[in-house]
Amino acid sequence: MSDRSKLVDKYFRTENLPHIWCPGCSHGITTRAIVKAIDDLGLNPENVVIVSGIGCSSRAAGYLNFNTLHTTHGRALAYATGIKVSNPKLDVIVITGDGDASAIGGNHLIHACRRNIDLTVIVFNNSIYGMTGGQYSPTTPHEAFGTTAPYGNIDRAFDLVKLVEGAGATYVARGTAYHALQLTNYIKKAITHKGLSVVEAVSSCPTYYGRRNKLGDAVAMIQWMKDTFVEKRAYERLDEEQRIGKFPFGEFVNIEAPEYTDKLYQMINEVEARHEAGV
Amino acid sequence: MNKKALLMQGNEACVRGALYAGMRFYSGYPITPSTEIAEMSAVLLPTVGGAFIQMEDEIGGIAAAIGASIAGKKAMTATSGPGFTLKMENLGYAVMSEIPLVIVDVQRGGPSTGLPTQSSQADVMQTKWGSHGDNSLIVLSPNSVTETFYLTVEAFNLAEKYRTPVVILTDEVIGHAREKIILPEPGEIEIFDRLPPLEDRPYRPFGVEEGDKVPRFAAFGTGYRYNITGLYHNESGFPSNSQENAKLMLERIHNKLKDEEIIKYEKYQMEDAEYVFLAFGSTSRSAVAAVNELRAEGYKVGLFRPITIWPSPEKAIDEIASKVEGICVAEMNLGQYVLEVERIAAGRTKVSHLGRANGDILRPEEFVNHAKEYFNER
Ligand SMILES: Cc1ncc(C[n+]2csc(CCOP(=O)(O)OP(=O)(O)O)c2C)c(N)n1
Ligand code: SF4
Repeated sequence: MSDRSKLVDKYFRTENLPHIWCPGCSHGITTRAIVKAIDDLGLNPENVVIVSGIGCSSRAAGYLNFNTLHTTHGRALAYATGIKVSNPKLDVIVITGDGDASAIGGNHLIHACRRNIDLTVIVFNNSIYGMTGGQYSPTTPHEAFGTTAPYGNIDRAFDLVKLVEGAGATYVARGTAYHALQLTNYIKKAITHKGLSVVEAVSSCPTYYGRRNKLGDAVAMIQWMKDTFVEKRAYERLDEEQRIGKFPFGEFVNIEAPEYTDKLYQMINEVEARHEAGV
Repeated sequence: MNKKALLMQGNEACVRGALYAGMRFYSGYPITPSTEIAEMSAVLLPTVGGAFIQMEDEIGGIAAAIGASIAGKKAMTATSGPGFTLKMENLGYAVMSEIPLVIVDVQRGGPSTGLPTQSSQADVMQTKWGSHGDNSLIVLSPNSVTETFYLTVEAFNLAEKYRTPVVILTDEVIGHAREKIILPEPGEIEIFDRLPPLEDRPYRPFGVEEGDKVPRFAAFGTGYRYNITGLYHNESGFPSNSQENAKLMLERIHNKLKDEEIIKYEKYQMEDAEYVFLAFGSTSRSAVAAVNELRAEGYKVGLFRPITIWPSPEKAIDEIASKVEGICVAEMNLGQYVLEVERIAAGRTKVSHLGRANGDILRPEEFVNHAKEYFNER
């Protein structure tokens, strides 16, 4: 595809390719959606900062030719907060996995949402810890299998959309690797949205999640997304029985609320002016 | 101009020193006995256009500060005991990715929540070895309110000059003591800022240019797009699995701190001393009183006070070890820095320990009794 190679040449650090992802991993699709969104919006790459945590998904940062920061497991949002507060002009995008964002980084996630700081968070949710070899995560479905859930997962899973909505995120959407076009659109809206935005990108890890749960190959897993995820408005029209085994994707929250760095600098400017005036 | 003497607490002097050095970002989480540092930063930073943010925990506190430094601000975080433990992973990140940063540890009694309102010096090994891997960083220990101010300025300067986290290791006594201080005028102390990339050549984010000590620093958003990671990385900042690269990189990060100009210490009554106390931080104050008392009675004792705790003042301790009959390492713990002194002394002189970890400071009479015992048994 010529479009793809154009994006690769324009935004990837081609000297660092090939990437580390397994064949059929959907992390590439989501990474492309992010780059496509940046390109469509015409953002100045010099002002784009990508902050990631640790995980297969978080490795995306290093391949992208922006200001990229690959941090520690779960902490990307805290690093990103320091960057955004220090230079609010920057477009700060956080790339994180389901484990990175909602297990070890869960505290930073809810507090970033609460502050409504202008960051864009893309959660690559493959329902598993990919990098460490297939242990269950907070989004692994109840009764699904992982290497540390050999008899079926007894935990209950987070619904990330509800979690971040409850915590105060002001733009929340869910896309999937199959619905890549819509995913790109949600990411675009998330980036332009002023405040904390979260896009959950439903992803596939054929190597560990797929194999353990006998979901077939990479293509079958993407096909599963196509068959299972229904656009939110259509989903709402389904009756209870029809909803069984289906999940909604789409935009869930899109509201305006005071943004953190705006408030912070308003306060700083007032205090500084008063201080300089000697009051 | 006549400078006014102020009465100031150690923790406030730390914030004043940080602002003098150019701190424009503070992020942290409250914990006794360091909380005043957060509170003063919240009050004073906005007056100079700087940002204060209270994070959700100490991990977020150090992570946000590292982020701020990467965006070009001079950043600080402060904590005590349990909070310092939480900072360890990301302290290692700052070592590995060479981010200038100042971390204050106002020591309190441990382990665990321990003695929140009482003093200790039991984090001295944790500062160096608390984060996994072969960590190297700078640790400074002030022994007064005035020195807290000056060492905080120094900590920022060293962090910028060597691209490294610098820990200010103070303690409850110094942090909460109120003492007279005369603040320097702006411009009186030289302030160092990290060096920006050279314009006449391609930027190598983790390559050292000839004549430089460390790689030059491009803040994010200033037109240099590159990668920062806590993984071993090549000169461009991209992760590398090469063992040869790992070896060279770790050596470089270690060796940059072997610069003798980092090492600071103070000698008191050392010229003809036969027996020497080695003490730092608040403990050194009792040691001075004890040395005075012992000298008045004719005992030839002296005090060596490391100000730079890590890297340890190895040359100076080495020289003392080859000259004196004995060294007593006094510290508010069950025996930590004494291990470093024993290592350097390598059996050439008798090294003993005077210490306790119950929250109480070491008293001058304890030093006096210890020394007299030594001289009596000699
Ligand atoms: C503090 C810490 N704990 C554990 C790990 C090991 N670890 C690395 S990645 C990872 C899980 C990543 O899973 P997720 O965030 O879902 O991303 P994925 O790899 O599936 O894309 C874990 C547990 C680590 N690097 N650091
Ligand atoms: S292990 Fe799973 S998440 Fe990681 S690269 Fe392979 S398929 Fe992707």
